[in-house]
Amino acid sequence: MYDIIGYCEAETVSEATALLAQNPNLRLIAGGTDVLIKMHGGQIEAVELLSLRKIKSLAEIRKAEDGTVVIGAMATFTKVFNDPILREVIPILTEAAISMGGPQIRNIATIGGNVCNGATSADSASSLFALNAQLKLVSQQSERLVPIREFYLGPGRVALKPGEILTEIHISPADYQGFGGQYIKFAMREAMDIATLAVSVVCKLHGKTFEEVRIGLGVAGPTPLRCLEAEVYAPGKDVSVESVAEIGKLAVNSAKARTSWRASKDYREHLVEELVQRALKTAIVNAGGEQLV
Amino acid sequence: MFKRIAFSVNGKAFNFEVDIRESLLEMLRNRLGYTGTKKGCGVGECGACSVLIDGVPFDSCIYLAVWADGKEITTIEGVASKSGELSEVQKAFVDEGAVQCGFCTPGLVLTTTALAGSGKEYTQDELKRELSGHLCRCTGYQSILKAAEKSLEGHICTCVDSPHYKQQHERNEG
Ligand SMILES: Cc1cc2nc3c(=O)[nH]c(=O)nc-3n(C[C@H](O)[C@H](O)[C@H](O)COP(=O)(O)OP(=O)(O)OC[C@H]3O[C@@H](n4cnc5c(N)ncnc54)[C@H](O)[C@@H]3O)c2cc1C
Ligand code: FES
Ligand code: FES
Repeated sequence: MYDIIGYCEAETVSEATALLAQNPNLRLIAGGTDVLIKMHGGQIEAVELLSLRKIKSLAEIRKAEDGTVVIGAMATFTKVFNDPILREVIPILTEAAISMGGPQIRNIATIGGNVCNGATSADSASSLFALNAQLKLVSQQSERLVPIREFYLGPGRVALKPGEILTEIHISPADYQGFGGQYIKFAMREAMDIATLAVSVVCKLHGKTFEEVRIGLGVAGPTPLRCLEAEVYAPGKDVSVESVAEIGKLAVNSAKARTSWRASKDYREHLVEELVQRALKTAIVNAGGEQLV
Repeated sequence: MFKRIAFSVNGKAFNFEVDIRESLLEMLRNRLGYTGTKKGCGVGECGACSVLIDGVPFDSCIYLAVWADGKEITTIEGVASKSGELSEVQKAFVDEGAVQCGFCTPGLVLTTTALAGSGKEYTQDELKRELSGHLCRCTGYQSILKAAEKSLEGHICTCVDSPHYKQQHERNEG
């Protein structure tokens, strides 16, 4: 038995925000793959749950008229992986989705829960960072769009205010059109494992030079992060083995890796340098560039 | 706190009050006696507790019983025919010797049943991936994979479609 002392469910977002406004102690539950595990481990106790599972509209994935990709917070990883729009326009997200957990976990775990749980290892996070994703947070009184980089505050801490629900993840066309990308999850097993390091890279080319490069890292610090120094260096540089190597080196400067039982700080930094290069090389090909040898 | 829900298990309809603290696993085993559903880890890692909900595999240990409202659940007890004849998937597991202690078997048979019933084609890699949510401490998995391949005969293709696998293949070759 789980340590649950109350349970209610909403069928619409406004019903959910109203319930939250009435009772700030309610803890949201989506797929439960983080919340229930925490209850099992005794990290959270005597929980009053508000389930979002019956809000069908929150599971949709669509492309708005202006090209913005809108992913409902309740979309499961299985749904994200199989979605034809995402596969076509942002495969770094579908690849991140399939690398997560195992089939039974992906059938229930949601992308919204992944982000709101606030883990640096969240498989969707490095790609959402690289894609400049914006999060739509809705409460009874207000509605706001927050860039994902401002959402992660620290390990397990996110910028949700009391009463707020994440409803949608937005990715604007300017952030994906014309880009090629690559996601690499480095873990000890091919399935059912948390990343030792995760790298997500997107790049846009202008002839034989870089126009823009964006690099998201997971497990390289207390939160997912971007490699801004490397990103500032890239524009205008020739697409070459040398510039890619420099980008890999600069990426390490942004990492705040530490030693954990999974890997040492030095090893993680080595992974950042190496995997950023590998991911970028594939991203270049995916962006229509020539393969670097 | 209790909540009334209606659902079915292996075609049999139920309608009663469940404890909001209960997992589907606890409800199936302790209240309804479907003890073919096994508890391994209790935290979504091992797949021993997997059941099909509307035909899709889920870990019942981290699925709240209240969520079963309106759902059709299939446990291992519902796989063989009423007269006791084994399903094709079960026969394949027996033929390939894919069962040792048997603790992982109900979950694996159910997931394989869902794959066989989907009518989709799977590559060898995809098949491994679809079974990766089940831990087996006995067999070493080869016989399980063979049993799954046999169950999906005619639905195994050799194409490599996903960039994920290209990445994996390159890593393995390089
Ligand atoms: C066996 C196992 C393997 C796993 N493997 C991986 C893995 O490989 N990679 C990985 O990244 N994760 C993994 N996880 C962790 C977990 O599955 C993911 O983080 C998952 O995406 C969480 O989603 P959920 O819907 O289950 O969230 P829940 O557990 O329901 O919620 C998570 C948190 O987010 C809050 N929340 C949920 N939805 C909303 C919303 N819409 N608005 C505001 N707050 C919300 C909840 O209150 C809670 O604090 C694994 C978990 C298990 C049990
Ligand atoms: S008992 Fe449910 S996954 Fe292990
Ligand atoms: S047969 Fe014993 S765990 Fe699989």
